[in-house]
Amino acid sequence: MSEEPKVDRLIDARNTFCPGPLMELIRAIREAKVGEVIGVLSSDTGSKRDIPLWTSKAGHKLIGIYEKAGYAEIVVQKMK
Amino acid sequence: MMSKKIVIVGGGPAGTIVANLLAKKLKKEEASITVIDKTGRHVYEPGLLYVTLGDQDPKGIVKDEKDILNKKVKLIVDEATKIDTKKKMVEIRSGDRLDYDYLIIATGARLCPEEVPGLKEAAYHFYTVDEALKLKDALEKFDKGKIVIGVGGVPYKCPPAPAEIACFLDYKLRKRKTRDKVEIHYLSPLPRVFPIESIDPIVNEIFDKEGIKYTTFFNVESVDPERKEVRSLEGETIGYDLLILIPPHRGSKVVEDSGLGDRGGWVPTDRYTLKVKGYDEIYAIGDATDLPISKSGAAAHYEAKVVANNIASEIKGIESQDKYNGKVVCLCDAGNKAIYLNFDYDHPPKPTRPRWVYRLLKLTFNKLYWYTIAKARFL
Repeated sequence: MSEEPKVDRLIDARNTFCPGPLMELIRAIREAKVGEVIGVLSSDTGSKRDIPLWTSKAGHKLIGIYEKAGYAEIVVQKMK
Repeated sequence: MMSKKIVIVGGGPAGTIVANLLAKKLKKEEASITVIDKTGRHVYEPGLLYVTLGDQDPKGIVKDEKDILNKKVKLIVDEATKIDTKKKMVEIRSGDRLDYDYLIIATGARLCPEEVPGLKEAAYHFYTVDEALKLKDALEKFDKGKIVIGVGGVPYKCPPAPAEIACFLDYKLRKRKTRDKVEIHYLSPLPRVFPIESIDPIVNEIFDKEGIKYTTFFNVESVDPERKEVRSLEGETIGYDLLILIPPHRGSKVVEDSGLGDRGGWVPTDRYTLKVKGYDEIYAIGDATDLPISKSGAAAHYEAKVVANNIASEIKGIESQDKYNGKVVCLCDAGNKAIYLNFDYDHPPKPTRPRWVYRLLKLTFNKLYWYTIAKARFL
Protein backbone atom coordinates (compact mmCIF):
# COMPACT_ATOMS: atom_id res chain seq x y z
CA MET A 1 0.00 0.00 0.00
CA SER A 2 2.72 2.46 -0.89
CA GLU A 3 0.81 4.50 -3.45
CA GLU A 4 -2.05 6.40 -1.87
CA PRO A 5 -5.34 6.49 -3.77
CA LYS A 6 -7.03 9.67 -4.94
CA VAL A 7 -10.04 10.45 -2.77
CA ASP A 8 -13.26 12.15 -3.87
CA ARG A 9 -13.82 13.59 -0.41
CA LEU A 10 -11.49 14.04 2.52
CA ILE A 11 -12.81 14.41 6.06
CA ASP A 12 -10.52 15.81 8.72
CA ALA A 13 -11.77 14.26 11.97
CA ARG A 14 -8.43 14.55 13.78
CA ASN A 15 -8.64 15.41 17.47
CA THR A 16 -12.42 15.12 17.58
CA PHE A 17 -14.11 12.75 19.95
CA CYS A 18 -17.85 13.11 19.63
CA PRO A 19 -19.51 11.93 17.45
CA GLY A 20 -16.11 10.69 16.21
CA PRO A 21 -14.41 9.70 12.95
CA LEU A 22 -16.55 6.62 12.22
CA MET A 23 -19.77 8.62 12.46
CA GLU A 24 -18.22 11.18 10.10
CA LEU A 25 -17.40 8.39 7.65
CA ILE A 26 -20.93 6.95 7.87
CA ARG A 27 -22.29 10.41 7.13
CA ALA A 28 -19.99 10.80 4.10
CA ILE A 29 -20.81 7.31 2.78
CA ARG A 30 -24.54 8.03 3.08
CA GLU A 31 -24.03 11.22 1.07
CA ALA A 32 -21.67 9.67 -1.52
CA LYS A 33 -22.44 8.12 -4.88
CA VAL A 34 -21.61 4.45 -5.44
CA GLY A 35 -17.96 4.14 -6.44
CA GLU A 36 -16.79 7.31 -4.71
CA VAL A 37 -13.77 7.13 -2.45
CA ILE A 38 -13.77 8.77 0.99
CA GLY A 39 -10.69 9.49 3.08
CA VAL A 40 -10.97 10.06 6.82
CA LEU A 41 -8.12 11.56 8.82
CA SER A 42 -8.25 10.24 12.38
CA SER A 43 -5.94 10.58 15.37
CA ASP A 44 -8.10 8.13 17.30
CA THR A 45 -6.39 4.74 17.33
CA GLY A 46 -9.79 3.01 17.73
CA SER A 47 -10.71 4.17 14.21
CA LYS A 48 -8.21 1.72 12.70
CA ARG A 49 -10.25 -1.09 14.26
CA ASP A 50 -13.81 0.36 14.05
CA ILE A 51 -13.74 1.70 10.50
CA PRO A 52 -12.63 -1.56 8.81
CA LEU A 53 -15.19 -3.47 10.92
CA TRP A 54 -18.08 -1.22 9.87
CA THR A 55 -16.88 -1.03 6.26
CA SER A 56 -16.95 -4.81 5.98
CA LYS A 57 -20.30 -5.17 7.78
CA ALA A 58 -21.94 -2.50 5.61
CA GLY A 59 -20.56 -4.01 2.38
CA HIS A 60 -18.14 -1.26 1.39
CA LYS A 61 -14.47 -1.59 0.50
CA LEU A 62 -11.54 -0.65 2.69
CA ILE A 63 -8.91 0.62 0.28
CA GLY A 64 -6.24 1.16 2.88
CA ILE A 65 -4.97 2.63 6.12
CA TYR A 66 -2.09 5.05 5.64
CA GLU A 67 -0.04 6.01 8.71
CA LYS A 68 0.98 9.66 9.00
CA ALA A 69 2.63 11.66 11.78
CA GLY A 70 0.25 11.31 14.72
CA TYR A 71 -2.77 10.21 12.70
CA ALA A 72 -3.94 7.81 10.03
CA GLU A 73 -5.74 8.32 6.75
CA ILE A 74 -8.33 5.60 6.29
CA VAL A 75 -9.69 5.28 2.77
CA VAL A 76 -12.99 3.61 1.94
CA GLN A 77 -14.93 3.15 -1.29
CA LYS A 78 -18.73 3.15 -1.37
CA MET A 79 -19.81 -0.10 -3.04
CA LYS A 80 -23.62 -0.05 -2.91
CA MET B 1 -15.53 55.56 11.59
CA MET B 2 -18.45 54.11 9.65
CA SER B 3 -20.74 51.90 11.70
CA LYS B 4 -20.38 48.28 10.60
CA LYS B 5 -23.37 46.14 9.76
CA ILE B 6 -23.40 42.73 11.43
CA VAL B 7 -26.12 40.36 10.26
CA ILE B 8 -26.76 37.08 12.07
CA VAL B 9 -28.96 34.51 10.37
CA GLY B 10 -30.64 32.32 12.97
CA GLY B 11 -31.85 33.01 16.51
CA GLY B 12 -31.11 29.71 18.22
CA PRO B 13 -28.48 29.49 20.96
CA ALA B 14 -25.57 30.22 18.57
CA GLY B 15 -27.13 33.30 16.96
CA THR B 16 -28.55 34.64 20.20
CA ILE B 17 -25.38 34.29 22.25
CA VAL B 18 -23.15 35.81 19.57
CA ALA B 19 -25.61 38.71 19.11
CA ASN B 20 -25.74 39.43 22.83
CA LEU B 21 -21.96 39.20 23.20
CA LEU B 22 -21.43 41.59 20.28
CA ALA B 23 -24.00 43.99 21.74
CA LYS B 24 -22.03 44.06 25.00
CA LYS B 25 -18.70 44.60 23.28
CA LEU B 26 -19.66 47.17 20.67
CA LYS B 27 -21.15 50.65 20.93
CA LYS B 28 -24.08 51.66 18.72
CA GLU B 29 -21.85 53.94 16.67
CA GLU B 30 -19.43 51.07 16.07
CA ALA B 31 -21.90 48.51 14.73
CA SER B 32 -25.53 47.66 14.10
CA ILE B 33 -26.45 44.10 14.99
CA THR B 34 -29.40 42.36 13.34
CA VAL B 35 -30.72 38.85 13.95
CA ILE B 36 -32.99 37.28 11.34
CA ASP B 37 -35.04 34.43 12.79
CA LYS B 38 -37.81 32.51 11.08
CA THR B 39 -40.00 31.93 14.13
CA GLY B 40 -39.04 34.56 16.71
CA ARG B 41 -39.29 31.79 19.28
CA HIS B 42 -36.27 30.42 21.12
CA VAL B 43 -36.47 26.77 22.15
CA TYR B 44 -34.13 25.36 24.80
CA GLU B 45 -33.81 22.00 23.11
CA PRO B 46 -32.07 20.04 25.91
CA GLY B 47 -35.38 20.49 27.76
CA LEU B 48 -37.25 18.41 25.16
CA LEU B 49 -36.09 15.16 26.80
CA TYR B 50 -37.76 16.29 30.03
CA VAL B 51 -40.96 17.32 28.20
CA THR B 52 -41.08 13.83 26.66
CA LEU B 53 -40.76 12.12 30.02
CA GLY B 54 -43.27 14.37 31.72
CA ASP B 55 -40.87 16.32 33.96
CA GLN B 56 -41.04 19.64 32.15
CA ASP B 57 -43.87 21.93 31.07
CA PRO B 58 -43.10 22.92 27.45
CA LYS B 59 -43.86 26.54 28.33
CA GLY B 60 -40.66 26.60 30.36
CA ILE B 61 -38.43 25.77 27.41
CA VAL B 62 -39.78 28.24 24.85
CA LYS B 63 -39.43 32.01 25.07
CA ASP B 64 -39.82 34.96 22.74
CA GLU B 65 -36.50 35.72 21.11
CA LYS B 66 -37.04 39.47 21.53
CA ASP B 67 -37.09 39.03 25.31
CA ILE B 68 -33.68 37.32 25.28
CA LEU B 69 -31.87 39.62 22.88
CA ASN B 70 -30.03 42.68 24.11
CA LYS B 71 -32.02 45.85 23.38
CA LYS B 72 -29.27 46.99 21.00
CA VAL B 73 -29.95 44.00 18.73
CA LYS B 74 -32.60 44.38 16.03
CA LEU B 75 -34.71 41.24 15.52
CA ILE B 76 -36.37 40.55 12.19
CA VAL B 77 -38.88 37.72 12.42
CA ASP B 78 -38.83 36.41 8.86
CA GLU B 79 -37.13 33.72 6.85
CA ALA B 80 -33.78 34.41 5.22
CA THR B 81 -34.20 33.05 1.70
CA LYS B 82 -30.91 33.89 0.00
CA ILE B 83 -27.39 34.85 0.98
CA ASP B 84 -25.58 36.69 -1.80
CA THR B 85 -21.91 36.63 -0.88
CA LYS B 86 -20.87 38.74 -3.89
CA LYS B 87 -23.23 41.60 -3.07
CA LYS B 88 -22.78 40.96 0.68
CA MET B 89 -26.51 40.85 1.17
CA VAL B 90 -29.18 38.65 2.77
CA GLU B 91 -32.64 38.48 1.22
CA ILE B 92 -35.66 37.71 3.37
CA ARG B 93 -39.10 36.30 2.53
CA SER B 94 -40.77 39.73 2.61
CA GLY B 95 -38.47 40.79 -0.25
CA ASP B 96 -36.33 43.10 1.89
CA ARG B 97 -32.58 42.92 1.55
CA LEU B 98 -30.03 43.47 4.27
CA ASP B 99 -26.48 44.49 3.47
CA TYR B 100 -23.74 43.24 5.75
CA ASP B 101 -20.11 43.91 6.53
CA TYR B 102 -19.99 40.80 8.69
CA LEU B 103 -22.30 37.82 8.33
CA ILE B 104 -22.72 35.08 10.92
CA ILE B 105 -24.48 31.94 9.73
CA ALA B 106 -26.19 30.36 12.74
CA THR B 107 -28.98 28.62 10.89
CA GLY B 108 -28.79 25.35 12.79
CA ALA B 109 -29.92 21.96 11.54
CA ARG B 110 -33.13 20.99 9.74
CA LEU B 111 -35.02 17.77 10.48
CA CYS B 112 -35.68 15.73 7.34
CA PRO B 113 -37.78 12.66 8.32
CA GLU B 114 -38.73 12.16 4.66
CA GLU B 115 -35.17 11.01 3.89
CA VAL B 116 -35.81 7.58 5.46
CA PRO B 117 -38.71 5.69 3.85
CA GLY B 118 -41.45 4.98 6.40
CA LEU B 119 -39.89 7.01 9.21
CA LYS B 120 -42.34 9.91 9.12
CA GLU B 121 -45.40 7.63 9.30
CA ALA B 122 -44.05 5.17 11.81
CA ALA B 123 -41.60 6.76 14.19
CA TYR B 124 -41.83 9.16 17.10
CA HIS B 125 -39.07 11.55 18.10
CA PHE B 126 -38.47 14.31 20.62
CA TYR B 127 -36.60 16.96 18.66
CA THR B 128 -39.44 19.50 18.50
CA VAL B 129 -41.98 20.52 21.16
CA ASP B 130 -44.92 19.07 19.16
CA GLU B 131 -43.17 15.76 18.53
CA ALA B 132 -41.99 15.52 22.15
CA LEU B 133 -45.60 15.95 23.30
CA LYS B 134 -46.84 13.27 20.85
CA LEU B 135 -44.20 10.86 22.13
CA LYS B 136 -45.04 11.73 25.74
CA ASP B 137 -48.71 10.76 25.11
CA ALA B 138 -47.68 7.53 23.36
CA LEU B 139 -45.30 6.55 26.18
CA GLU B 140 -47.92 7.25 28.84
CA LYS B 141 -50.31 4.83 27.12
CA PHE B 142 -47.64 2.21 26.47
CA ASP B 143 -47.67 -0.44 29.19
CA LYS B 144 -46.36 -3.53 27.42
CA GLY B 145 -44.32 -4.43 24.35
CA LYS B 146 -41.09 -3.44 22.68
CA ILE B 147 -39.76 0.10 22.40
CA VAL B 148 -36.99 0.51 19.84
CA ILE B 149 -34.79 3.61 20.00
CA GLY B 150 -32.32 4.74 17.33
CA VAL B 151 -31.21 7.42 14.89
CA GLY B 152 -32.43 7.83 11.31
CA GLY B 153 -29.17 9.31 10.06
CA VAL B 154 -25.94 11.02 10.95
CA PRO B 155 -25.05 13.68 11.96
CA TYR B 156 -27.75 14.53 14.48
CA LYS B 157 -27.99 17.03 17.31
CA CYS B 158 -26.67 15.92 20.69
CA PRO B 159 -24.98 12.56 19.97
CA PRO B 160 -25.73 11.08 23.44
CA ALA B 161 -29.49 11.91 23.25
CA PRO B 162 -30.75 8.49 22.08
CA ALA B 163 -28.74 6.64 24.76
CA GLU B 164 -29.94 9.25 27.26
CA ILE B 165 -33.62 8.66 26.49
CA ALA B 166 -33.09 4.86 26.68
CA CYS B 167 -31.68 5.15 30.23
CA PHE B 168 -34.16 7.82 31.30
CA LEU B 169 -37.09 5.78 29.97
CA ASP B 170 -35.85 2.69 31.79
CA TYR B 171 -35.78 4.71 35.03
CA LYS B 172 -39.30 6.10 34.44
CA LEU B 173 -40.79 2.69 33.61
CA ARG B 174 -39.29 1.26 36.79
CA LYS B 175 -40.93 4.04 38.78
CA ARG B 176 -44.23 3.27 37.04
CA LYS B 177 -43.67 -0.43 37.83
CA THR B 178 -44.20 -1.44 34.19
CA ARG B 179 -40.55 -2.06 33.28
CA ASP B 180 -40.96 -5.86 33.45
CA LYS B 181 -43.57 -5.72 30.67
CA VAL B 182 -41.62 -3.40 28.40
CA GLU B 183 -38.52 -4.28 26.41
CA ILE B 184 -36.19 -1.41 25.54
CA HIS B 185 -34.01 -2.08 22.51
CA TYR B 186 -31.39 0.46 21.51
CA LEU B 187 -29.96 0.68 17.98
CA SER B 188 -26.52 2.22 17.76
CA PRO B 189 -24.94 3.33 14.47
CA LEU B 190 -21.52 2.59 16.00
CA PRO B 191 -19.82 -0.57 17.34
CA ARG B 192 -20.74 0.53 20.90
CA VAL B 193 -23.72 2.09 22.65
CA PHE B 194 -22.13 5.47 23.43
CA PRO B 195 -20.38 7.61 20.79
CA ILE B 196 -17.27 8.28 22.93
CA GLU B 197 -15.18 5.11 23.31
CA SER B 198 -13.72 5.95 26.74
CA ILE B 199 -17.19 6.63 28.17
CA ASP B 200 -18.84 3.62 26.54
CA PRO B 201 -18.01 1.09 29.31
CA ILE B 202 -19.83 3.29 31.85
CA VAL B 203 -22.97 3.57 29.73
CA ASN B 204 -22.72 -0.08 28.70
CA GLU B 205 -22.66 -1.04 32.37
CA ILE B 206 -25.96 0.87 32.88
CA PHE B 207 -27.47 -0.87 29.83
CA ASP B 208 -26.42 -4.32 31.06
CA LYS B 209 -27.47 -3.67 34.66
CA GLU B 210 -30.89 -2.33 33.69
CA GLY B 211 -31.53 -4.87 30.94
CA ILE B 212 -31.56 -2.41 28.05
CA LYS B 213 -30.95 -4.53 24.96
CA TYR B 214 -28.91 -3.18 22.10
CA THR B 215 -27.77 -3.84 18.57
CA THR B 216 -24.62 -2.15 17.32
CA PHE B 217 -23.70 -1.13 13.76
CA PHE B 218 -27.36 -0.47 13.02
CA ASN B 219 -27.69 2.47 10.64
CA VAL B 220 -31.34 2.82 9.74
CA GLU B 221 -32.16 2.46 6.06
CA SER B 222 -35.96 2.18 6.09
CA VAL B 223 -39.00 1.52 8.23
CA ASP B 224 -41.90 -0.75 7.30
CA PRO B 225 -44.89 0.70 9.19
CA GLU B 226 -47.18 -2.23 8.29
CA ARG B 227 -44.86 -4.97 9.46
CA LYS B 228 -43.57 -2.75 12.27
CA GLU B 229 -39.98 -3.39 11.33
CA VAL B 230 -36.92 -1.22 11.00
CA ARG B 231 -34.15 -2.20 8.59
CA SER B 232 -30.49 -1.22 8.64
CA LEU B 233 -28.15 -0.52 5.76
CA GLU B 234 -25.97 -3.25 7.28
CA GLY B 235 -28.80 -5.67 6.39
CA GLU B 236 -30.50 -6.40 9.75
CA THR B 237 -34.22 -6.14 10.52
CA ILE B 238 -35.69 -5.53 13.97
CA GLY B 239 -39.37 -5.46 14.95
CA TYR B 240 -40.94 -2.88 17.25
CA ASP B 241 -44.20 -1.95 18.94
CA LEU B 242 -43.21 1.68 19.51
CA LEU B 243 -40.42 3.24 17.51
CA ILE B 244 -38.37 6.29 18.52
CA LEU B 245 -36.06 7.41 15.71
CA ILE B 246 -34.29 10.72 15.57
CA PRO B 247 -34.90 11.97 12.01
CA PRO B 248 -32.01 12.62 9.62
CA HIS B 249 -30.70 16.19 9.77
CA ARG B 250 -29.53 18.52 7.02
CA GLY B 251 -28.20 22.05 7.03
CA SER B 252 -30.68 24.88 6.56
CA LYS B 253 -32.54 25.60 3.36
CA VAL B 254 -31.10 29.09 2.97
CA VAL B 255 -27.58 27.65 3.11
CA GLU B 256 -28.43 25.05 0.48
CA ASP B 257 -30.33 27.51 -1.73
CA SER B 258 -27.40 29.94 -1.59
CA GLY B 259 -24.89 27.28 -2.62
CA LEU B 260 -23.00 27.60 0.65
CA GLY B 261 -23.44 24.05 1.93
CA ASP B 262 -21.73 20.74 1.34
CA ARG B 263 -23.71 17.67 0.28
CA GLY B 264 -25.52 17.61 3.61
CA GLY B 265 -26.14 21.35 3.58
CA TRP B 266 -23.49 21.98 6.27
CA VAL B 267 -21.30 25.05 5.89
CA PRO B 268 -17.59 24.32 5.28
CA THR B 269 -16.00 26.08 8.25
CA ASP B 270 -12.45 26.50 9.55
CA ARG B 271 -12.26 24.54 12.79
CA TYR B 272 -10.24 27.28 14.58
CA THR B 273 -11.25 30.67 13.13
CA LEU B 274 -14.86 29.59 12.43
CA LYS B 275 -14.69 31.57 9.19
CA VAL B 276 -16.60 30.05 6.31
CA LYS B 277 -13.96 28.61 4.01
CA GLY B 278 -13.12 31.07 1.23
CA TYR B 279 -14.56 34.13 2.99
CA ASP B 280 -13.00 36.62 5.37
CA GLU B 281 -16.18 38.34 6.57
CA ILE B 282 -18.51 35.33 6.94
CA TYR B 283 -18.53 33.07 9.99
CA ALA B 284 -20.52 29.95 10.78
CA ILE B 285 -21.29 28.71 14.29
CA GLY B 286 -23.45 26.12 16.02
CA ASP B 287 -25.14 23.22 14.27
CA ALA B 288 -24.85 24.90 10.84
CA THR B 289 -21.14 24.09 10.43
CA ASP B 290 -19.57 21.01 8.87
CA LEU B 291 -17.20 20.62 11.85
CA PRO B 292 -16.81 17.03 13.08
CA ILE B 293 -17.82 17.97 16.63
CA SER B 294 -21.06 17.51 18.59
CA LYS B 295 -23.97 19.50 17.27
CA SER B 296 -24.79 20.94 20.67
CA GLY B 297 -25.62 24.16 22.46
CA ALA B 298 -22.34 23.94 24.36
CA ALA B 299 -20.26 23.97 21.17
CA ALA B 300 -22.40 26.86 19.87
CA HIS B 301 -21.79 28.81 23.08
CA TYR B 302 -17.99 28.44 23.00
CA GLU B 303 -17.87 29.17 19.27
CA ALA B 304 -19.99 32.32 19.74
CA LYS B 305 -17.42 33.68 22.22
CA VAL B 306 -14.57 33.31 19.71
CA VAL B 307 -16.47 34.91 16.85
CA ALA B 308 -17.78 37.81 18.97
CA ASN B 309 -14.27 38.54 20.28
CA ASN B 310 -12.70 38.49 16.85
CA ILE B 311 -15.35 40.61 15.10
CA ALA B 312 -15.52 43.17 17.93
CA SER B 313 -11.72 43.44 18.05
CA GLU B 314 -11.48 43.88 14.29
CA ILE B 315 -14.07 46.66 14.35
CA LYS B 316 -12.21 48.39 17.18
CA GLY B 317 -8.90 47.99 15.37
CA ILE B 318 -7.46 45.71 18.05
CA GLU B 319 -5.36 42.71 17.11
CA SER B 320 -7.23 39.54 18.08
CA GLN B 321 -6.96 36.06 16.75
CA ASP B 322 -8.95 34.01 19.22
CA LYS B 323 -9.27 30.43 18.12
CA TYR B 324 -11.98 27.91 18.88
CA ASN B 325 -10.34 24.99 20.66
CA GLY B 326 -13.17 22.51 20.04
CA LYS B 327 -14.52 22.81 23.58
CA VAL B 328 -17.71 20.92 24.39
CA VAL B 329 -19.25 20.39 27.82
CA CYS B 330 -21.99 17.86 28.23
CA LEU B 331 -24.13 16.48 31.05
CA CYS B 332 -25.79 13.22 29.99
CA ASP B 333 -28.85 12.39 32.08
CA ALA B 334 -29.48 8.73 32.86
CA GLY B 335 -32.68 9.33 34.86
CA ASN B 336 -31.42 9.51 38.42
CA LYS B 337 -27.76 10.28 37.75
CA ALA B 338 -25.78 12.10 35.09
CA ILE B 339 -22.37 11.82 33.46
CA TYR B 340 -20.23 14.96 33.10
CA LEU B 341 -18.05 15.35 30.00
CA ASN B 342 -15.69 18.18 29.16
CA PHE B 343 -13.32 17.98 26.20
CA ASP B 344 -11.69 19.88 23.35
CA TYR B 345 -9.38 19.25 20.37
CA ASP B 346 -6.39 18.69 22.66
CA HIS B 347 -8.05 17.01 25.63
CA PRO B 348 -10.04 13.81 25.11
CA PRO B 349 -13.05 13.24 27.38
CA LYS B 350 -12.14 11.63 30.70
CA PRO B 351 -14.40 8.89 32.04
CA THR B 352 -16.37 9.97 35.12
CA ARG B 353 -18.84 7.93 37.14
CA PRO B 354 -22.52 8.86 36.88
CA ARG B 355 -23.43 11.00 39.91
CA TRP B 356 -26.66 12.51 41.21
CA VAL B 357 -24.84 15.80 41.77
CA TYR B 358 -24.18 16.13 38.03
CA ARG B 359 -27.86 15.56 37.42
CA LEU B 360 -28.68 18.31 39.89
CA LEU B 361 -26.24 20.52 38.02
CA LYS B 362 -27.97 19.72 34.73
CA LEU B 363 -31.45 20.44 36.11
CA THR B 364 -30.18 23.71 37.57
CA PHE B 365 -28.49 24.66 34.31
CA ASN B 366 -31.73 23.96 32.40
CA LYS B 367 -33.34 26.77 34.42
CA LEU B 368 -30.36 29.13 34.52
CA TYR B 369 -29.78 28.99 30.75
CA TRP B 370 -32.26 31.78 30.08
CA TYR B 371 -30.67 34.19 32.56
CA THR B 372 -26.99 33.40 32.00
CA ILE B 373 -25.77 31.80 28.77
CA ALA B 374 -28.56 32.97 26.44
CA LYS B 375 -28.22 36.55 27.65
CA ALA B 376 -24.41 36.33 27.49
CA ARG B 377 -24.09 37.03 31.20
CA PHE B 378 -21.11 35.70 33.18
CA LEU B 379 -19.43 34.57 29.93
